Amino acid sequence: MNLRMVSLLIGKILLIELITFAPPTAISLYCGEAQAVKAFVITMILLALTGFTLCCARPKVKAFYAAEGFVVTALSWLAISFFGAIPFYLSGAIPNPVDAFFEAVSGFTTTGASILSDVEALPKGLLYWRSFTHWLGGMGVLVFLLAIISFGGGGGYSLHLLRAESPGPNVGKIMPKLRQGALMLYMIYIALSVTEVIFLLLGGMPLFDSLCTMFGTAGTGGFSIKNASMAAYPSAYLQNVVTVFMALFGINFSVFFLILTRDFAQVLHDEELRCYLGIIVVSVLLIAPNIHSLYDSWGQAFHHAAFQVSSIITTTGFATADFNIWPEFSRTILILLMFIGASAGSTGGGMKVSRLIICLKSAAKEISRMLHPKAVRVIRMNQKALDTRVVRGVNVFMTIYFFTAALSFLLISLDNFGMITNFTAVISCLNNIGPGLEFVGPTGNFGHFSNFSKLVLSADMLLGRLEFFPLLILFGPSTWRRKKQPKIR
Amino acid sequence: MNIIIVGDGKVGLTLTEQLSKEEHDIVIIDKNPTVLQNSQETFDVMVVPGNGASRQVLLEAGAENADLVVAATSADEINLLCCLTAKKLGCTHTIARVRNPEYAEQLVFLKDELGLSMVINPEATAAREMFQILQFPSFLNRDRFAKGRVEIVELKVEKGCTIVGKYLHELHDNAKVKVLVCAVERGDQVYIPSGNFKIEEGDKIHVTAETQNLTKLIHYLGIPLPKMRDVVIVGGSRLGYYLAAMLIQSGVKVKIIEIDYQRCLQLSELLPKALIINGDGCQQKLLNEEVYGKADAVISLLNIDEVNLVISMYAKKLGVPKVIAKIDRIEYMNVFKNFAEDSLISPKNLICNDVLRYVRAVSNSEEGSMLTLYRLVNNQVEAIEFLAGRDTYYLDVPFSKVPMRPNLLIVSIRRDDRTIFPNGDDCIQLGDRVVVVTTENNRFYELNDIFLS
Repeated sequence: MNLRMVSLLIGKILLIELITFAPPTAISLYCGEAQAVKAFVITMILLALTGFTLCCARPKVKAFYAAEGFVVTALSWLAISFFGAIPFYLSGAIPNPVDAFFEAVSGFTTTGASILSDVEALPKGLLYWRSFTHWLGGMGVLVFLLAIISFGGGGGYSLHLLRAESPGPNVGKIMPKLRQGALMLYMIYIALSVTEVIFLLLGGMPLFDSLCTMFGTAGTGGFSIKNASMAAYPSAYLQNVVTVFMALFGINFSVFFLILTRDFAQVLHDEELRCYLGIIVVSVLLIAPNIHSLYDSWGQAFHHAAFQVSSIITTTGFATADFNIWPEFSRTILILLMFIGASAGSTGGGMKVSRLIICLKSAAKEISRMLHPKAVRVIRMNQKALDTRVVRGVNVFMTIYFFTAALSFLLISLDNFGMITNFTAVISCLNNIGPGLEFVGPTGNFGHFSNFSKLVLSADMLLGRLEFFPLLILFGPSTWRRKKQPKIR
Repeated sequence: MNIIIVGDGKVGLTLTEQLSKEEHDIVIIDKNPTVLQNSQETFDVMVVPGNGASRQVLLEAGAENADLVVAATSADEINLLCCLTAKKLGCTHTIARVRNPEYAEQLVFLKDELGLSMVINPEATAAREMFQILQFPSFLNRDRFAKGRVEIVELKVEKGCTIVGKYLHELHDNAKVKVLVCAVERGDQVYIPSGNFKIEEGDKIHVTAETQNLTKLIHYLGIPLPKMRDVVIVGGSRLGYYLAAMLIQSGVKVKIIEIDYQRCLQLSELLPKALIINGDGCQQKLLNEEVYGKADAVISLLNIDEVNLVISMYAKKLGVPKVIAKIDRIEYMNVFKNFAEDSLISPKNLICNDVLRYVRAVSNSEEGSMLTLYRLVNNQVEAIEFLAGRDTYYLDVPFSKVPMRPNLLIVSIRRDDRTIFPNGDDCIQLGDRVVVVTTENNRFYELNDIFLS
């Protein structure tokens, strides 16, 4: 383990976090929120101290392998969540440190699950920070780091960082140089974000609200600055803009890249994109008639169905309606959508549509093998044979996914809430969605859970966002084993 | 530059390593996903699995917008087809590796039709290099500049050498020939020396001299100059064939030891003047019989580096004055340089230098451009020849008044028919061929890069 390199990178990430604290501090200063300003300044000082100390490490070798990539990813996410929680606690807005940590983790992992019952009581600076963590966590801090610093000198090693942080079964490059690729991802991200803000402003939403809503949509997070979430903006136009952008941010970003390079044929034939859009359309068509009786018109029913489907499948978690009171059929569809999640390589969470496709295809393959024991079949995706390692990776992912879900379900059942509450709480945290059903539904929150359960759920959110492996590897003893090496001459 | 490398084998990998260090945008195409995976994790490159001669795969790798395609798969035909396709798709420059001697000759004649910018043949290049060394076996390496009139030679300072314990400025004063020490390798360190540098026993020094003065230089240094009359080549590969042909033409007796009987027959047909011996070159008995007391040089060209090194060491033990070993893994050079004062030649490394020079020359303007590039001392030092053009700065200004980057040495200037080993009073003039030696931290693309801006 190249600890010096790990420390250097984490140091740099903390310094990036330090810079992102500037806007909320300015907002708090402008609004005269003395407590929040004090909290922000103290956090910034702590970040500067830790960040610069860690950056003092002078790595002897720049070699950087898969293990280091995973460890850097896991530790930096823990570190940014820890520091991100400090302002909530110090400002007195969230007096319980565990709650503050939960809120920060929920922000960075773009979950959007909150322990706050009255969001609107938070100072503006903290509201901004809470939403901004979504934006930063959506595309990933390490990707941002990769975009701005050059590892130079043929450092393909940094690919391990991208792999560890980016969601999806098969993370590849879109451009020859990793830095250009990361930069391109962020450019697309920023361009889409700015477009959304413009659309929201055109609909008459105030600038501050537009920014925070955009952060929540772009990161597919779901923190809203209103207690009633998106229902607080009754304009159908605004809700529709958010519906469309949630769906857009759930698309694999390399599709946008293909559009930029005018490779439309490949976009049209992208299996994951077709499947993702198909699922959305079918779900809306199924839910709308089912909830028709609850709303005045078909238009209303389709509007709410579309918003909720888009919000759940992209794992955003905004709400325009309390889907807790919807019929069981619609609720079940939403729960199924929670499992599926967005596309690989998007900012969304969940199992990912491409994994679902691969699972179904490999199941079909195994069944056909039972009929024709000697058949040889490769699994294809986008007209290309998939590497068996990818298929195996997906199978391992599913196994870990269900075991983690089962274990967390068991652990939080100690709090003695109902089955549905516990189940949807775990699912919603593990898939980075935010709201669940019953107690943790769109109008409820996670504040009722015990500290222990909150920590379990925080761990679930991190596991879900980083897709298990980086965090699990932290606990592997061989990751940390060090041997005194004789100096290589 | 956008570069596509087809074939992720030995040459492909070496090129990838060097070119990605120089921050080019590289896409690698290979059929084998495992080696691609490996390259992608080690270097900052994009990989495309597939056949490099297929239009679809080349398109996927972005051949329309590529500046250079290097085809270095194991098959010559694929390489040629790949370059042809890439050229047709709109790639600006193409380089193909062609190794088969039967094609090598007709390439001169096909090069334009195929749209090839350059043809690389590692075996032929390595054979030429070895041949040059055998002409002056006292040197470990020879790199030629100015159309072969100026050279940088590498030699080891042995006990009893006249220059041991002397400062370099004394060397300049005492030498009867004009020479300049441009790099010194001592242990793991490489120095670009100044006049106050003291030569010690065991140093490997790189000396610039005119080709016609090399004999005088050897006399002055007090190094023996063995005559090469009988050369034994172990391994009758393509490289062995190229080398044997060159040696026979210059009147040297060649003995080739080859294990495969069919290949022996072929060689015997191709090289009537050579003595072909069917046997295992690793067997000490055979070596005792064929080499001991008879050979002036043993050159081991088998496919396994380790075996080549062992044969070299054994030949040395038998008292052969000069041994040369072919090495493919450059890492081994580090390990073995302290054991043997042999010449180690790496074909792919030589090829890499050629391609690198081409890339740097292409990514740059025509004037003041790079003519030759050699990398010395395990690629830690570069010797580059530039042509001084109209837009070169500081023309006709004495060097003592020119601000230059640290860690570089202007080792020779070829002007008209003279070679100048410059001091502070000399200057660069239009049309000069200037040879600069520098460490790898500096990266020069054109002559103006050597000046401090």
